[in-house]
This record gives sequence, C-alpha cells and structure tokens, in this order.
Amino acid sequence: MLQVSLYRYNPETDDAPFMQDFAVETGGRDLMVLDVLELIKAEHDGSVTYRRSCREGVCGSDGLNMNGKNGLACITPLSDTVKHGRLVIRPLPGLPVIRDLVVDMSLFYAQYEKIQPYLQNPTPAPTIERLQSPEERAQLDGLYECILCACCSTSCPSFWWNPDRFVGPAGLLQAYRFLADSRDTATEDRLSKLEDPFSVFRCHGIQNCVNVCPKGLNPTKAIGHIRTMLLNRAT
Amino acid sequence: MATSIISLRRTGLSDWLIQRASALVLLTYFILIACQLLGSVDYISWRGLFDQTWMKIFTLLAALSLAAHAWIGLWSVTTDYLTERLLGPKGKSIRLLCQIGTSSALIGYVIWIIVIVWR
Ligand code: SF4
Ligand code: SF4
Ligand code: FES
Repeated sequence: MLQVSLYRYNPETDDAPFMQDFAVETGGRDLMVLDVLELIKAEHDGSVTYRRSCREGVCGSDGLNMNGKNGLACITPLSDTVKHGRLVIRPLPGLPVIRDLVVDMSLFYAQYEKIQPYLQNPTPAPTIERLQSPEERAQLDGLYECILCACCSTSCPSFWWNPDRFVGPAGLLQAYRFLADSRDTATEDRLSKLEDPFSVFRCHGIQNCVNVCPKGLNPTKAIGHIRTMLLNRAT
Repeated sequence: MATSIISLRRTGLSDWLIQRASALVLLTYFILIACQLLGSVDYISWRGLFDQTWMKIFTLLAALSLAAHAWIGLWSVTTDYLTERLLGPKGKSIRLLCQIGTSSALIGYVIWIIVIVWR
C-alpha cells in the first residue's frame, strides 16, 4: 500500500486548496508516478485532474512536484521518489493553479516567446538548406533537447519572485540555443535584449534547475555562456 | 555596436561586474586590516597607518566599494521580495521607501568615513 497525498483544488467548488490522501495498491510493482495517478483517477476519484500525453518523457506535459522535487511523473519511478511509503504530489510551484495539478503556464510561455525561439537570418535561403559543419551542429547539443516541461523554471527562486522579468532557466537555455547557432544572424539583437538587470542577471547560480531537469540539461552552464557573450560584447 | 561598460546606463552586466570588482577591493582591504590587527596595534601605529595618503585613498575606495556592493545587493533583494506580486498594490511604495532608506544610509556612511579619515 502506498500512501499518496494529492494537492486538490477546484476553484468552482473549493474555497482553498487542500491535500487529499489516497491509499493506492501498487501490488509491489515499481510503477511510475504517472501510473499511480492513473490508478487514482480510475479506481478512487475520477475528478483528479492533471496533464499528460506521451507517457514516456517526450512531450513535457506532466511536470509535477513529487515529494518536494520537480520532475516528469511518467519517467519518475516510485523507487526514486517515495520515502517511508509516502508520496506527496503537488503542482509545479510558483505558477497559478487552474485545477488540482494543472498550472497556468502563460508566464512561462511568455518568457519563452520573449527570447524569439526561432532562427533569424535575413540572407536569401539557399535552394536546399543552410548547411552546418559537424562542429557547428555539435554546439547545439545539450540545448535543443529541451521539451519545455518547466520543471527547471518552477524550481528556481529567482523565477518565483520575478516570473514576469527574469527569463528563467528554460527560456535562457533556449536563448543560448539560438545564440550558439551558426546559422542565426540576430546575435547582437538577441544579446541587447538580455543585458538588463533582470532577464539574465537575476540568476544567482543556485543550480536548482540543473538538479531537476528530467532531460539532464544544464541551464546554469548556458546562462554562464550568455554572460560571457555579454561580457565580450561590452569590452 | 559595442556598449561600453563605463556608460552610466545601468545594465545587468555592469551591476554584475561592479559586484565582483568591489568584492575584490573589500577582500584586499580587510585582509590588510586583519594583518594589521594580528600584529600588535596601539594608537600610534594605527594612527600612523591611517595618516598615510595611500591608506586614506584605499579606505575611501573600500568605502565606495562597500556602498556600491551593498546597494546592488540590497536593490536586488528589494526587487525580489518587496514587489507588487508579493505585497499587492502597496508594494511599490514599500519598495521605494526601503530603497530610499538604504541609499541614504549608505551615502551617510560614505560621508562619515570620509570625514573620519580625511579630517
Ligand atoms: S542556476 Fe540560475 S536559473 Fe538555475 S535555478 Fe539557480 S538562479 Fe535559477
Ligand atoms: S531545461 Fe530541462 S527542466 Fe527545463 S524546461 Fe527544458 S527539459 Fe524541462
Ligand atoms: S507525459 Fe509526456 S513527458 Fe510525461
């Protein structure tokens, strides 16, 4: 028996959020946290609400806070997170809750939009494609894999306090993905939009982001690269 | 076009550099002071140290570094925690009040140090 404590909130019927306990029969299997949620929804309470889609760590829709640590429910085995037979599941911290485990990601996406996450190059496109050398392509490794699950940004204190002004680890990782792209020519424009005291420099290197990224990416390192680019540009 | 670090416009980069440079100045200054204190100090030698022009300039530099360092740090703290997001519509005035308080205190300290050392 696994004791699961779920964050519940339905703004239409509840005055305030509360924690609801479920005793879930796992049959001794090392299920993924998402499986446990599906069990609760199927066998205990059909009104439990959460996002999910791919169930294999690809779509990024089931970012949750499990026993205090952000991660993707579908690829987090119980053996990785359960302590003393207890599992506490909350929505990603710092974002407004729409219902139960579903958060409003608008602030997160607004920051993503801000960094212009698309290739910019006004030179006429070649007939087939813009080529890169294997070395240039390698610059994008560890950056392009991000699935925008928001586990990192919602574990970052700087993002909690200033989600409207600090781009956050996810957005900054993508900002660097385009700064590092040999085919992109908007480097100067991109950097000039990042040099204010908030967008990049609110990062204090706490590294919560690195600690939680389910894809094993390192936003702090990317932020360091952006800082170096800003420094080189100013001297 | 390269933006100059020395331009008066405050950027995250200039703040970041000032934080590091001022920390370096303060570290050197306090190591020097600590070394003095480790040896035997009496009024004459202490006075002698601070009567030297280089020490006066160094002290002034340390005071300015302290003020800049503290200002940037505390400005960050006030814009993290004393915001409209966390305190509601009153956030702006509370933040402004704290920032005015901090900056006047820091300016006061610098003037005080100048008066003590350069008198
Ligand atoms: S390293 Fe920076 S971006 Fe990552 S959690 Fe810390 S403050 Fe946030
Ligand atoms: S960097 Fe990692 S944690 Fe952050 S959004 Fe991308 S995949 Fe998720
Ligand atoms: S359901 Fe797609 S990442 Fe977990």
